[in-house]
Amino acid sequence: METAPKPGKDVPPKKDKLQTKRKKPRRYWEEETVPTTAGASPGPPRNKKNRELRPQRPKNAYILKKSRISKKPQVPKKPREWKNPESQRGLSGAQDPFPGPAPVPVEVVQKFCGIDKSRKLPHSKAKTRSRLEVAEAEEEETSIKAARSELLLAEEPGFLEGEDGEDTAKICQADIVEAVDIASAAKHFDLNLRQFGPYRLNYSRTGRHLAFGGRRGHVAALDWVTKKLMCEINVMEAVRDIRFLHSEALPAVAQNRWLHIYDNQGIELHCIRRCDRVTRLEFLPFHFLLATASETGFLTYLDVSVGKIVAALNARAGRLDVMSQNPYNAVIHLGHSNGTVSLWSPAMKEPLAKILCHRGGVRAVAVDSTGTYMATSGLDHQLKIFDLRGTYQPLSTRTLPHGAGHLAFSQRGLLVAGMGDVVNIWAGQGKASPPSLEQPYLTHRLSGPVHGLQFCPFEDVLGVGHTGGITSMLVPGAGEPNFDGLESNPYRSRKQRQEWEVKALLEKVPAELICLDPRALAKVDVISLEQGKKEQIERLGYDPQAKAPFQPKPKQKGRSSTASLVKRKRKVMDEEHRDKVRQSLQQQHHKEAKAKPTGARPSALDRFVR
Amino acid sequence: MKVKMLSRNPDNYVRETKLDLQRVPRNYDPALHPFEVPREYIRALNATKLERVFAKPFLASLDGHRDGVNCLAKHPEKLATVLSGACDGEVRIWNLTQRNCIRTIQAHEGFVRGICTRFCGTSFFTVGDDKTVKQWKMDGPGYGDEEEPLHTILGKTVYTGIDHHWKEAVFATCGQQVDIWDEQRTNPICSMTWGFDSISSVKFNPIETFLLGSCASDRNIVLYDMRQATPLKKVILDMRTNTICWNPMEAFIFTAANEDYNLYTFDMRALDTPVMVHMDHVSAVLDVDYSPTGKEFVSASFDKSIRIFPVDKSRSREVYHTKRMQHVICVKWTSDSKYIMCGSDEMNIRLWKANASEKLGLTSREKAAKDYNQKLKEKFQHYPHIKRIARHRHLPKSIYSQIQEQRIMKEARRRKEVNRIKHSKPGSVPLVSEKKKHVVAVVK
Repeated sequence: METAPKPGKDVPPKKDKLQTKRKKPRRYWEEETVPTTAGASPGPPRNKKNRELRPQRPKNAYILKKSRISKKPQVPKKPREWKNPESQRGLSGAQDPFPGPAPVPVEVVQKFCGIDKSRKLPHSKAKTRSRLEVAEAEEEETSIKAARSELLLAEEPGFLEGEDGEDTAKICQADIVEAVDIASAAKHFDLNLRQFGPYRLNYSRTGRHLAFGGRRGHVAALDWVTKKLMCEINVMEAVRDIRFLHSEALPAVAQNRWLHIYDNQGIELHCIRRCDRVTRLEFLPFHFLLATASETGFLTYLDVSVGKIVAALNARAGRLDVMSQNPYNAVIHLGHSNGTVSLWSPAMKEPLAKILCHRGGVRAVAVDSTGTYMATSGLDHQLKIFDLRGTYQPLSTRTLPHGAGHLAFSQRGLLVAGMGDVVNIWAGQGKASPPSLEQPYLTHRLSGPVHGLQFCPFEDVLGVGHTGGITSMLVPGAGEPNFDGLESNPYRSRKQRQEWEVKALLEKVPAELICLDPRALAKVDVISLEQGKKEQIERLGYDPQAKAPFQPKPKQKGRSSTASLVKRKRKVMDEEHRDKVRQSLQQQHHKEAKAKPTGARPSALDRFVR
Repeated sequence: MKVKMLSRNPDNYVRETKLDLQRVPRNYDPALHPFEVPREYIRALNATKLERVFAKPFLASLDGHRDGVNCLAKHPEKLATVLSGACDGEVRIWNLTQRNCIRTIQAHEGFVRGICTRFCGTSFFTVGDDKTVKQWKMDGPGYGDEEEPLHTILGKTVYTGIDHHWKEAVFATCGQQVDIWDEQRTNPICSMTWGFDSISSVKFNPIETFLLGSCASDRNIVLYDMRQATPLKKVILDMRTNTICWNPMEAFIFTAANEDYNLYTFDMRALDTPVMVHMDHVSAVLDVDYSPTGKEFVSASFDKSIRIFPVDKSRSREVYHTKRMQHVICVKWTSDSKYIMCGSDEMNIRLWKANASEKLGLTSREKAAKDYNQKLKEKFQHYPHIKRIARHRHLPKSIYSQIQEQRIMKEARRRKEVNRIKHSKPGSVPLVSEKKKHVVAVVK
């Protein structure tokens, strides 16, 4: 069987030769071209959409750059078909112009593949190794299958494009409302509630329900799509924050003294006195934890499934009123008045990390849905975007005239900032890129200063709470178009919700598992493994996994003399010794290469570098 | 200005009538499924707990024998039919689906030592303490007829075991020697001996059908080729082997149930080291039988329990016991690989599930869920919390205390050996592995 051509060779491999002899299959809209050699074929323009895997296409340039993942599934089957083209012909003599499975874009496969191919498999026993290889192959196959299922997604994301040179930020909401269909236009509305002061708001996880609470005690929840009011009460106390628990039936309200939980008819279910003077609420849906930040400086985690306080952490940084969660790893980000952002998990008494973000206090923090970027704004009027993948360095910074008081990310990575009575929205290039802060994507002026912001999940809608009430804005391209019915389904029925609730409770992730890397649980604990091995050797008195010394096999016809045995033994020993020396030399080289400063002039201080 | 808003038509997401199934659109994007690893871990943990909750392997007890059950045989073609021979010479044929006895024969005087069915399932053979080999029809006699054997062979010595060839009309008995019989004749075609001792069991290889294995009370396991007049080779172990069983999938692998509480899986091509030593029983192992898949086998022991071992693991995956079950003398794994039968001293035959927590009669959705859970359990099997739950078994006090005691003894022996190595000249005291320890010699 043929394998894929080796990278870095210009000679077209055998498979391609075969192709050039035969007439190349073409799509009907392509022009007639004389088949030329593999490298020189003009082919269609290589834009992004054309980066697909069609192994028979002699376009080895990009395939070879990519790892094995992309080409493996189709390559092995192909060559056999090509060797006897007659077998492909049907009864009518027609040929399948696109034989084999449908092409899968490389990027999509990589999105689903959880293996890091650049890392080599550990040097282990043959049995373990083969098992690892099988697991790897399985993972590849599933990722390709998952990538293929992407074709079945029904919806396309929204967008807003200005005609040549037109700035999208100049487009006002009225224009958008006029341009879009009636159903979408109905999503833009204003609730004029001047009486009960600035509003905080929260969408439920399915994006179907909206709860909001005014500073002067007005709390309401509604199905905002149908505009059906679920409940409306006045709690006769200042409302600091409001948040839905796992389902839309349970809003939690941070009131002036204590934390209260209501049901969807406005009946008070719980009053949690252990959480007092709460300023901000965050709900971790997979852990069933309600994180509360209080004026007293405590970050408290309340397990809402059993009603116990899991952890009460003293942040030792005074009043806490800037909080957000990282949806990727359920770590809580707290912003402090000294310009730091600290990362917290209920498993640790100390912060997991502290990032100095601003001179002056931090006013708002938001983390995007993939957990890659964090946006912060401070009293120094700056808006910064940080990379959370290990470096914690600012990627981009922008100074805003008044500074942003509220920040939020959308599911597709749009960043919104509320500055006074203006909201600005920035968009990135693609889904996985950070929003570029040069040019806002949309702006909007409200009737009062902003007090709360949230993008509605699975909809192109931004909800803004302000002194004048609630505004629901249209932001094309904000929401994830295709939801997963088993995860959060905006159209779920009562029965489906109940079933989901039971399942979600059954697989509640314990609070101890919250850490910076949510995949850490799947990694091998090398340290304790080695410790265990050391202990075993100590206990047994010998190493059971040690390699036995080489024992030459007895040979026939007088070749098994003592001298020859010793010779053979010596040969193996020498070879092992040479290997060892080679390895140690290599390690030394690596060390030296690391120690050398790259590109810079040698400095006198180099000798102190280890 | 070009604008497109996300606008879903609810008709595409909600079912049309109440009789339809709910629509569940899926999106496998990992960004929509956060905490994949911790959630799968919790699912695996729940699946493991549920497995232990539903582990109820005991299905039925077949009573009717008036003495201890000494031997069992499967019907080669009917899953529901089982034959058993008792210590009072009685043979019973059972129907497993109805869980009743369908026929009773007073076959021998004294013990029924061995029982085996013919490969076609029309008749079966029994040997007993009365020095006879009898062939019986599988169907009962007509109305008014007497229960009589088809053939009776009178031998000179006591036969202790019998097995039938898997394809031809040939069977083998053992006693003082191994005899190969043609069904049509009253004299053996050939008799093979190697040393003088009583042979306790003989088994035909199901794949290489000319091969036989036997074990004798002078601690050896002997292999024969039916086409030769002399035995092939033998291996001598520390203690006596009670019975052997060939792997039905790998022709060269067999497992021996030994008196020293262990089972040994041998590769017949290299008898000097067993492939695996299976240790978990706390008393002599009396019988062993392979699953039809060849991946696992079940062993019956004098310690009143039966255990299931994977072929490539030295520790058992499962242990079954009940308060009433006494010394288990014979055990069989049914041909659909789903059930296990064991016959014991207190006159009962018990039927067990091979997978303790298996639900019988699954719908397709249940099966999908089961497969998913099984995969998760496999994936997270080495996590300490899950491993602890999956390994936990309740044991009767006698077995539990025996295990503790033997652990102490083993530890003391090991400590002594380590000390001896430590205080003697390096290399003078060799380190003998557990596998090699029990093999005394291989003779060809």
